[in-house]
Amino acid sequence: MFSFFVRRLLVLIPTLLVISILIFGIIQLPEGDYLTSYIAELESQGEKVSKDQIAFLRQQYSLDKPFITQYFTWLTGMLRGDFGYSFEYRIPVSEVVGDRLFLSFLLSFSTILFTWVVAFPIGIYSATHQYSWGDHGLTFLGFLGLATPNFLLALVLLYVANVVFGTSVGGLMAPVYIDQPMSWGKFLSVLEHLWIPVVVIGTSGTAGMIRRLRANLLDELHKQYVITGRAKGLPPFRLLMKYPLRMALNPFIADIGSLLPEVVSGAAIVSIVLSLPTTGPMLLAALQSQDMYLAGSFLMFLSLLTVVGMFLSDLALAALDPRIRLHGGLRR
Amino acid sequence: MSDHTHGRGGAATEHFVSTAPFDPYTIDELTAEQERYHMASQWRMMWWRLKRHRLAVVSGAILLVFYLSIVVSEMLAPYHLHTRHTDFIYAPPQELHLFHEGRFIGPFVYGFNYRINIENLQREYTEDTNSVHRLRFFCHGDEYKFWGLMQASFHLVCSAPTGTLFLLGTDRLGRDVLSRIIYGARISLTVGLVGVTISFLLGLTLGGLAGYYGGWVDNVVQRVIEIIRSFPALPLWMALSAALPVTWSPVAVFLGITVILGLIDWTGLARAVRSKLLALREEDFCTAAVLLGARPSRVIGRHLMPNFMSHLIASATLSIPAMILGETALSFLGLGLRPPITSWGVLLTEAQNINAVALYPWLMLPVIPVIVLVLAFNFLGDGLRDAADPYKAG
Repeated sequence: MFSFFVRRLLVLIPTLLVISILIFGIIQLPEGDYLTSYIAELESQGEKVSKDQIAFLRQQYSLDKPFITQYFTWLTGMLRGDFGYSFEYRIPVSEVVGDRLFLSFLLSFSTILFTWVVAFPIGIYSATHQYSWGDHGLTFLGFLGLATPNFLLALVLLYVANVVFGTSVGGLMAPVYIDQPMSWGKFLSVLEHLWIPVVVIGTSGTAGMIRRLRANLLDELHKQYVITGRAKGLPPFRLLMKYPLRMALNPFIADIGSLLPEVVSGAAIVSIVLSLPTTGPMLLAALQSQDMYLAGSFLMFLSLLTVVGMFLSDLALAALDPRIRLHGGLRR
Repeated sequence: MSDHTHGRGGAATEHFVSTAPFDPYTIDELTAEQERYHMASQWRMMWWRLKRHRLAVVSGAILLVFYLSIVVSEMLAPYHLHTRHTDFIYAPPQELHLFHEGRFIGPFVYGFNYRINIENLQREYTEDTNSVHRLRFFCHGDEYKFWGLMQASFHLVCSAPTGTLFLLGTDRLGRDVLSRIIYGARISLTVGLVGVTISFLLGLTLGGLAGYYGGWVDNVVQRVIEIIRSFPALPLWMALSAALPVTWSPVAVFLGITVILGLIDWTGLARAVRSKLLALREEDFCTAAVLLGARPSRVIGRHLMPNFMSHLIASATLSIPAMILGETALSFLGLGLRPPITSWGVLLTEAQNINAVALYPWLMLPVIPVIVLVLAFNFLGDGLRDAADPYKAG
């Protein structure tokens, strides 16, 4: 188990390194840089920008250095906890993002929790009542959740909540708490506002999870040990909980890996629609204005979230299922 | 045929040859039905199995209708994509009627009574039950260039000469939403196909290399797959499409977006190909082909590929919906396709704010074809996957 842990941890390093190179390459892809768009903006407002001024700004932001140098400055800075400088906000990136990262994390975490809580009973019900009306209905609902674009669901829910509950539900907390330090009241307010994005982002993941749990559980239910248990007179509920369900549980853990990128993706677009103070809207703005360190650090953070999530899910799986641990060591 | 095995019973003590004429087919007579079944090709059997999957067949039919419609979009749409009706801005959907004052007069719509509510400055449309506008069929209406080539004005259905026909309402410029949905299908339906073709080629090549050669090639491809999969797709799409130059023409942007969608999607296919190849290359028929001197490309293409092609097609079908939703999301954010290219995602940008939901809910209608399309692809893909499994009973 320990060697598995170490091996898995060592793989993380090159993975993250390659990801950082890719991200830096991607944010450098657009033609020009922040300064070109900034200067264009200034000029459109009728201000004159002198050549000297441009050269000075370029040097100050080290935009005149070659790609490799810029990359290494960014990378080594990140290792020290310095995420670079946001051109748009004129303050270090870490100060811009601070709270947002935490809220993004909170949102992703709650969404996964929601997915589990919903998918678990429905999956079990669907498998034990295969081809019943309940099974068909729930499966159809799941498919519908899969097929509806997240952002539209967010809009509709926003509207419904507004009409039915009469509250403004945009954002992630009541307006009074914005920029306030964390308090019990703020926490409750966040909880109150969290459910819409969680439901919206959760729907697509839930559908997939239900289908996988159902399929796995169905496979197990037809095995002989279940028949044996039933023949020996085990109560049906206990039989279900104790044996086949435990076998079918793997996808719940393994799926954090595939669920996380999905949740983070969903969170990005839904938070733009709902104007949540998470990473999504800021990432979009940063990408559009070529605020490269801000955009790059966001992308890096989102990837880090998924990579670490996958790592944790691998560990949990290895702890639960010895077959997976062994498999990792057997290489041809 | 297994008939040859029948002559060999136990060992006879004395060599005996029957002189009677021997017809192998008398022993194991196959009925015409069995014959058909045993001689059927893989694809034919897959088709038979698919036919039994009712939901998949229905979905396939729906997709067929969708894809046929994009051939003649211009004729199906009552109006041209860009026709503006400045007198009818944000007009609600017109209901289709058959009976006027108890009398059957064929399909028609009522005209609009229009006034501006001074209090909240909203346009208010009401049905004017006095003006009856009968629809015309196979008629001449807005001019268009069929496939951008031929000047024509033929439409399947048009409004009455003096009336309007907005079955799904109009948008902020007074453009007919139904016509725009029909035109938008052209782009939305092809995005998935082009994207999936790209990801298919990539997945097949890279997965094939990894699975067949194993070793370091396999390792490299595996790592690349892992890295791409650990990216959250949408932020990556956002970053890449933000990198498309603003100066590109809309068509180039369209191609760029499909390439981006394909570039990130191939990993699932590559994994499937790799694992299948890893298992299959150990089989005897593969060894035989190698020993006979077949080159790798022939072994992969001729001997291994047919074994999992059906699976691949099924999984490709299942990955189209994600691309369609991806394009819709990107266009919705303004990072994807840009007008004048019109996809369903571009149409949905009109419904971006809560006002649209509250006041003009019909602007959200383009989402219905999106949902139907995604569901149809999912069901068809499921059906194909089941049908492609040769070891399934039946």
